[in-house]
Amino acid sequence: MASAVHVTASLNPAAMPASMMEMPMVEIDHLHLWYGTKVGLKDVTMSVPKHRVTAYIGPSGCGKSTLLRCLNRMNDLVDGVRIEGTVRIGGVDVYDPALDVTELRKRVGMVFQKSNPFPKSIYENVAYGPRILGVKNRGDLDGIVERSLRSAALWDEVSDRLGDSALGLSGGQQQRLCIARAIAVEPDVLLMDEPCSALDPIATAKIEELMLDLKNSYTIVIVTHNMQQAARVSDYTGFMLLGELVEFGVTRELFTSPRDKRTEDYITGRFG
Amino acid sequence: MLRGGEPFIWLTGGALAFALLMVAGLVGIIVVNALGFFWPASVVRVTLKDGPALTGQIADRERVPGSTESRVKLRIANRDLYGADFVWVDEAKIARREYPAGVVVIERTEWGLLIGTLKDVRDGGASVLSGPAALDELRRRLPDVARLRAEIRRVERSDIGAINQSQEQVRLALRRLELKGVTSGADVDALRARLAGLQARYQVQEARLADLRKRQTGSIVVAADGGKEKELPIAQVIDVFTPNTMSVPAKAWHYVANVWGFVADDPRESNTEGGVFPAIFGTVMMVLIMSLLVTPLGVLAAFYLREYARQGTFVSAVRIAVNNLAGVPSIVFGVFGVGFFIYFVGGSIDRLFHAEALPTPTYGTGGILWASLTLALLTIPVVIVATEEGLAAIPRGMREASLALGATKLETTLRVVLPAVMPSILTGLILAMARAAGEVAPLMITGVVKLAPALPLDGTWPFVHLDRKFMHLGFHIYDVGFQSPNVDAARPMVFATTLLLLVIVICLNLFAIAMRQRLRRTYATAAV
Repeated sequence: MASAVHVTASLNPAAMPASMMEMPMVEIDHLHLWYGTKVGLKDVTMSVPKHRVTAYIGPSGCGKSTLLRCLNRMNDLVDGVRIEGTVRIGGVDVYDPALDVTELRKRVGMVFQKSNPFPKSIYENVAYGPRILGVKNRGDLDGIVERSLRSAALWDEVSDRLGDSALGLSGGQQQRLCIARAIAVEPDVLLMDEPCSALDPIATAKIEELMLDLKNSYTIVIVTHNMQQAARVSDYTGFMLLGELVEFGVTRELFTSPRDKRTEDYITGRFG
Repeated sequence: MLRGGEPFIWLTGGALAFALLMVAGLVGIIVVNALGFFWPASVVRVTLKDGPALTGQIADRERVPGSTESRVKLRIANRDLYGADFVWVDEAKIARREYPAGVVVIERTEWGLLIGTLKDVRDGGASVLSGPAALDELRRRLPDVARLRAEIRRVERSDIGAINQSQEQVRLALRRLELKGVTSGADVDALRARLAGLQARYQVQEARLADLRKRQTGSIVVAADGGKEKELPIAQVIDVFTPNTMSVPAKAWHYVANVWGFVADDPRESNTEGGVFPAIFGTVMMVLIMSLLVTPLGVLAAFYLREYARQGTFVSAVRIAVNNLAGVPSIVFGVFGVGFFIYFVGGSIDRLFHAEALPTPTYGTGGILWASLTLALLTIPVVIVATEEGLAAIPRGMREASLALGATKLETTLRVVLPAVMPSILTGLILAMARAAGEVAPLMITGVVKLAPALPLDGTWPFVHLDRKFMHLGFHIYDVGFQSPNVDAARPMVFATTLLLLVIVICLNLFAIAMRQRLRRTYATAAV
């Protein structure tokens, strides 16, 4: 209950985090989620500002991936999920029954923890989304593929072998390919679910650098285990615990002067 | 040592070695017996101690039961002269063996081989050449004879066959009108006129045939053991050779020609001689039709089971039932095929569309379509299981990636899942084809026959005749091996046919494997 009080408190204008001052892209309002009878998310209220990187940190099983997957309704695929509350992206209610979920997913791209390129060529991977959207002209597709791969900082490495299987790329390249694939459909929001957890430090550094570039064009929400990563790349950070959003604020403030004891325990490593 | 598991390793290796040995032995016996069949063996003349001489090829040698002596099985051929192709000769009774140079072996269209000495070549009853030169004269005439035989066959099969078919169609059209109550009028008259025209055309062809037959005037006289002589029309001679004077390359060439004849010719002498081409054709066509039927059906069923059905007890029960279907005896599928496909479906088609031909059934009797459908039913569990396993192996992330890009479930299934599961589908198909090609029991009652008059695919409209009965290598093996009037002579055919069936199965599988490799290169599935 203490947390609920806290979240309510954060809505108090005096205690309102700086994110509220910026233009919100995603607004989450009193969101609850249950897996059957198990509580997945408890009364989460927050907003994600446009063209910023927002990170969720927290221990395993705290619900940060679940929260992320609420934004593009990937949780719909799981049996027995029940959701209450509202999520708005660009002012549109995500859980509106009249909303076409495929339209939503075209606006909210996603990059997964494990790189999951299709067993197709590099070109076809990136062109997949546009093709689904109905782009058929080869010249248009070529342009989209090149632009997306350039945005994902992969073009120089693969431009001479676009026809090769995507599965022949290294782990880091595959993950950047997945980013290119996600941004090929020009989404408003890019969700990243622990995108670097399977990568080595060099590949991780490249992806982090990429995120800083991409935030000029996209609103990025990232889930990460790695607090240093959150500190390095994000503008705002939310700390989650047992399905609650314990604290949400400007990254630097959250890491230097957390307001909640549990946040402090976690970021100082005293969490147990 | 026991704890280290070394005996266990030996046990596993031993099991594999045993299995390989059994298979290698089986294949070895088949290969040796089959390939030996085509070799033009030398002809030996054995003179027995009590007088008579026997000429023939040695086919086998074994110990006389209950004795230390051996005996040989001599293929003396000349069934029309001696009544049997083979005799057993105790080696102890043999006084002399020689390999006379002048002996010829003649392959003919009837009565099996003829072994003897060529005496005379005659034309219209008068001697043309006799003595050693006769063989050259016979060889010179053989190509023309073969051409003439082919021409007669073509007239019989194609020209007269087409007329017969047209006549049958006109007759059916008349019958159709009769069923409608029309027995006179312009339509009926027109059809009758067509029938008469066809009859006239038939007479022309018949006359042409008689004319061609009249040109077959040559004959040969062959002397065989026991002072017997045989006058044989050259028209019946397919090939002549002198194995005792042939060089090894010549024999090898003859061997190749024999193999080709076996693969490319029609059977003769109730299947115990000649080739097995119609059986090859029937087997391959049936397997292909079955593949066309079973693949979409099995794949769609597997997609529903794995992708759309809510996983639970019911789906598990269905899955177990499908797996167990593979254990149902194939003859049961055959009986189902007869009852459902032939009598019910085929009978209904006949009543609806071919009523004029009744009581002669068109589809209400065994045919290649029903046999293929029955086998498709038989092999569908294999395809479903293989496809399902492939679907289960596709990482969840791949589907999620597609959905997260805004693809619908259908788009995801068609564009991502289907290509990725393609190799598994082909694996299932390979197993299904191997099973179908070797199956005999259900085919015997759903459309395979000992001798089919026509192939299920030919030049007459509508080219593919799915209602036709067909020949099948598996059934051919059974028929030649166990139902033939001359089992001894036919036995090598059994081995050769078995080998051929093995080769066809291997070829079909290699083709599918090559296709799967290609797909794997294109759609290599990510290591999970």
